[in-house]
Amino acid sequence: MSKEMLRTTAIKPVPNTFCPGCLHAMASKLIGECLEELGLVDKTVMVIPVGCSTMGLNFWDLDMVSAAHGRAPAVATAIKRVQPESFVFSYQGDGDLASIGLSEILCAANRGEKITVIFANNSTYGMTGGQMAPTTLIGQKATTAPAGRNAEVDGYPTDMCALLSTFQAPSYIARCALNSVSGVKAAKAAIKTAFQHQIDGDAFSFVELMTNCPTNWGMQPLETFEFMNECTLKQFPVGVMRDRKEEH
Amino acid sequence: MPKKLVKGCNAIAEAAILGGCRFFAGYPITPQSEIPEYLAEHLPEVGGTFIQGESEVASINMVYGAAACGVRAMTSSSGPGISLKAEGISYLAGAMLPAVIVDVTRGGPGLGCIQPAQQDYLQATKALGHGGFRTMVFAPHTVQEAVDLMYDTFEYAERDRNPVVLLLDGCLASVMEEVEFPAAKELPAKHPEWAVGNFDGTPRARRTVSSLAGKEAMEQRNIRSGELFDSWEKNDVRVEKYMLEDAEYVIVAYGMSARVCKYAIQQLRAEGIKIGMIRPITLVPFPKAALDELDYNQVKAIIDVEMSLPAQMRDDIALQVKDRVPILTYGRSGGVTLMNEETTEALKNMIGGMNK
Repeated sequence: MSKEMLRTTAIKPVPNTFCPGCLHAMASKLIGECLEELGLVDKTVMVIPVGCSTMGLNFWDLDMVSAAHGRAPAVATAIKRVQPESFVFSYQGDGDLASIGLSEILCAANRGEKITVIFANNSTYGMTGGQMAPTTLIGQKATTAPAGRNAEVDGYPTDMCALLSTFQAPSYIARCALNSVSGVKAAKAAIKTAFQHQIDGDAFSFVELMTNCPTNWGMQPLETFEFMNECTLKQFPVGVMRDRKEEH
Repeated sequence: MPKKLVKGCNAIAEAAILGGCRFFAGYPITPQSEIPEYLAEHLPEVGGTFIQGESEVASINMVYGAAACGVRAMTSSSGPGISLKAEGISYLAGAMLPAVIVDVTRGGPGLGCIQPAQQDYLQATKALGHGGFRTMVFAPHTVQEAVDLMYDTFEYAERDRNPVVLLLDGCLASVMEEVEFPAAKELPAKHPEWAVGNFDGTPRARRTVSSLAGKEAMEQRNIRSGELFDSWEKNDVRVEKYMLEDAEYVIVAYGMSARVCKYAIQQLRAEGIKIGMIRPITLVPFPKAALDELDYNQVKAIIDVEMSLPAQMRDDIALQVKDRVPILTYGRSGGVTLMNEETTEALKNMIGGMNK
């Protein structure tokens, strides 16, 4: 950590371009701190997805591969297989991971690829302007669900932690929320644990971070935190769903 | 090395390993599944990585990941699968990554049929994905030629930082022929300077592999691509000119169609018909000069022979021939392959028809 900047060395000293109040910035900071504290900054290949997090190409100070929409787990699979000594992780949003990339994330997890996936879930397509995501809550409005998500025609929000927990191979699966101080602390601990699983050679580790989207939810940042408590976290409760280290 | 009797798919897979392939990801599809089957067994023997991807899409994106690390990476598929790989092939081209795609063609469109056809000429040569890129396309007509071409593909891909396609139909992939394999290539001592990872503790600048670019940088990449494609036309055209010297009728055919046409040419020549063939070995770059430089005072017609209906290579031929002589087409498709006698008879009738 560069003390004078209070900024992790995994991130360049440049402004990020996330919207004001967006928790992607917090998620990035936590990931960067964990990489630095575990001594991974100089041995990491990060896979960048498509979505708001593609802007990470401008600020991460890491080796990076930018993947096609949803394909980050497939790209990361190959990188880790051909250089197992490198630390490989992807950071993906919910449209990328839970919709167009659903096949890639499920199959990489089921194969037990020795990679880590950090999943930022804000219930919307942020980059393209607030369309309905697989994680959009019932009744939550989106530009492509103007009356709110209707379970009759749109189905129910996709719970990735529950889906991945049906597989035997993953070694760590957890969900945290970034809308409170205690949540941020728990999230950092979870990210660090997930990274440690990969360092130890364990199979697939996964952390879902519940985040917000003030711009597309049409709320002030603090309002989004309340909304998350009242609505989002009831649909997506936090917790550690799998920790193979604890089981032994 | 002594010759061996080897099936097309297996020979290509072995040639890939000898040429330095160390990563394969693919998905089963007829008529090329023997390629992944062979590599699943033999790639690990040389320290390579084989992954059966969950889909064509995942497989090509795995190739993208391995290529980003500087590893010689390839995939193989057939029509429906190549369509699904279009996304990843475009990203490979966009991110300037070398990789090899073996495209074993069958009947189409849609699910088509699993029997051999050459219905994917336009897809392979013009539109393997979005964004207006091209790749070199090699089209062997014997198993030995498939081996020899496959063997060098990774070096072309690395030279150009662009994907390369080996295009053959399901017939050539399935036949067994005598093959002499070359010696295994030595792999480059170092990973390329653009490859990510491969950390050895030496401090270096960070590296990014990405097809995303700002608008000025994107335009520069497009300009570079144009220059690359032009350089192929100058330096990399490969073509076989078969019995052309006195030819009044010139067939243009590639792959298995050219094999059948060689038989037909010998039969027709025995009957006194002066016929020869231009056989593109590279479809991209297309052998334009070979067609342009024909003596059109001597040549009476060009005959495009393909296992494609309608003929797809005709447009590339016409751009060179212009209106100098008629361009006729002959083909079978849908998995109905060209047959020696039937093709000979058809060519004879076409030529006879012209001289009535």
